[in-house]
Amino acid sequence: MNPAMNPSSLPVGTPYFFYVLAGLAIAGGVLVITRRNAVHSALALIVTLLAVSGLYLMLYAPFVAGVQIIVYAGGIMVLFLFVIMLVNIDRAAKDRQFNRMWPVGLAAACVLLALFVSAIVKGKTLFPDRMMSLPESSNTQQIASMLYGEAGKMGQYTFAFEIASLLLLVAILGAVIMTRKKI
Amino acid sequence: MPNFVMSYLDPSVTGTPGAAGSQFWALIYVFIIFTGVSVAVMAMNWLERKALAHFQIRLGPMRVGPHGLLQPIADAIKLALKEDIIPAEADQFVFWVAPLIGLLAAFAVYVVIPFGPSQAVSDMNIGILFMLGVSSLGVLGIVVAGWASNSHYPLIGALRSSAQMVSYEVAMGLAVVSAILMTSMNASGTGTLSMIGIVQAQQQQGIWFIFKFFPLGFIAFGIFAIAMVAETNRAPFDMAEAESELTAGYHTEYSGLRWSLFMLAEYAAMISVSAIAITLWLGGWMRPFPNLLHAPAWDFIFSLFPGLTFLGLAAIAFIGTLRMPAHSFFRIQRAGLAAFAAVLGFIALLLLVIAVAGRSADASLAARFNQGIGYVYWFVLKVAVFMYLFIWYRATWPRYRFDQLMRIGWKVMLPIALGVLMLTAIVGVMVS
Repeated sequence: MNPAMNPSSLPVGTPYFFYVLAGLAIAGGVLVITRRNAVHSALALIVTLLAVSGLYLMLYAPFVAGVQIIVYAGGIMVLFLFVIMLVNIDRAAKDRQFNRMWPVGLAAACVLLALFVSAIVKGKTLFPDRMMSLPESSNTQQIASMLYGEAGKMGQYTFAFEIASLLLLVAILGAVIMTRKKI
Repeated sequence: MPNFVMSYLDPSVTGTPGAAGSQFWALIYVFIIFTGVSVAVMAMNWLERKALAHFQIRLGPMRVGPHGLLQPIADAIKLALKEDIIPAEADQFVFWVAPLIGLLAAFAVYVVIPFGPSQAVSDMNIGILFMLGVSSLGVLGIVVAGWASNSHYPLIGALRSSAQMVSYEVAMGLAVVSAILMTSMNASGTGTLSMIGIVQAQQQQGIWFIFKFFPLGFIAFGIFAIAMVAETNRAPFDMAEAESELTAGYHTEYSGLRWSLFMLAEYAAMISVSAIAITLWLGGWMRPFPNLLHAPAWDFIFSLFPGLTFLGLAAIAFIGTLRMPAHSFFRIQRAGLAAFAAVLGFIALLLLVIAVAGRSADASLAARFNQGIGYVYWFVLKVAVFMYLFIWYRATWPRYRFDQLMRIGWKVMLPIALGVLMLTAIVGVMVS
């Protein structure tokens, strides 16, 4: 009954799905930085995030894909839109950008581009040449046992996970305290 | 050719939703669900108007068709033919795309809803996560619609609705997690996120999760039941479209077909969220007492229920025919209602014949048909109860004030949901 073991259930048309999703993600990303209207940028960002979650699905990581939709597309982007909606869009669109940081941004983009190019050029030696085909159905369990550990022993990333959760807790408390008038 | 067709009726293919070889069935289910939900939304529209009217001792729609039965069709035609106005100051593209976002999110959830162990579009192993994620995308449609209208009431409605949905999603998610924890109470100690797996876990443990670890399952279900009313923007939490304060909230500027898309999305979301509550806590497609009363005789008795339900509906329609006024003005309506009763009676007869023909537990086509009808019937019956509850809430309770709504969401439901989650985990560890 395990679909991953069944040869007829192997993925079909994988490259096409990849190109469509990657194209959507890039198109969304370009629209995010070229649109003058902040709400349009936010909507384009949602398209990018959904396309990336589709790419996670193609990497046999359905759990990560689901969390990507819940946290980013569903949660964070709604809060983004919530704030952007209250901005006077007409005036914001006419304003010139007031911080002159584009050389720094350009430098960062160039470094990132160099990184990607080197990854493509030297990819064959850096990465395993074929992907481990994990059974999709155990993805959630594997993430859980990495984060929380099997029965009795600590997982590989338990410590890092707990530290990260503590960091988030501190951030939440900070946000709650900052809403009070008198600190 | 017959071999080709029969290969798709093979139990090994029809028995695995979304898995190898049944893309064909997945497509068929998509079509069935899309039409079924659209028809159910129209029926719900009629039922809501009639039931609300009877709650208030009115008649409701009576003119179009016998007892207003054709009213939803007339409404749909009217909405499709109305002028479609886009305000001059609105953001054209976003205004156009907003109802589609809401509709897509509402209908995409149906991909994971199991109407039976194999009667589903797909059996994703992240089913419940997918459902939470996609239904949270529905907020985007509302927020964006309110903003794109470029008008005050829609903007306030959208702000209210997004704040409300984001807050209640938290309590909803925690209640869902406590139900998922219960699925791991088996020999291997591994839970599941698959919607089909959740129902099967209830079957293996021999208990609906609403009764599991009483009262923990019950409280978690209660939190979900409250949160889902808030999630779908229905009374008494319909702050986003409070007509006395905001005209119609986020869809004030919408008209015609676009407006009807919002309505379709709202009602589809109501159905899907009830389906999820049923899957998680009320045993999904299972008939009452599948483990306790599992003798073939009981199977046969329960398989008679779908036919008997339609027989009852036919009887009601027939009595309605007899009670029509004898004036000649009502001749066409009387004939129409009699024909409707005859159709219902015919369906009842068909279902009873299938129940009798397929009462053996073998793999014959009739037996499998009988089983499938049973699953879908019990699932739809449970959903129908929830839909009636939605109408009942609307007729009974006054609207909350917005600050009260936020206080309940964050200061009452969230702590209770967290407490139930922790207690479920503790009790689960202690029991196993």
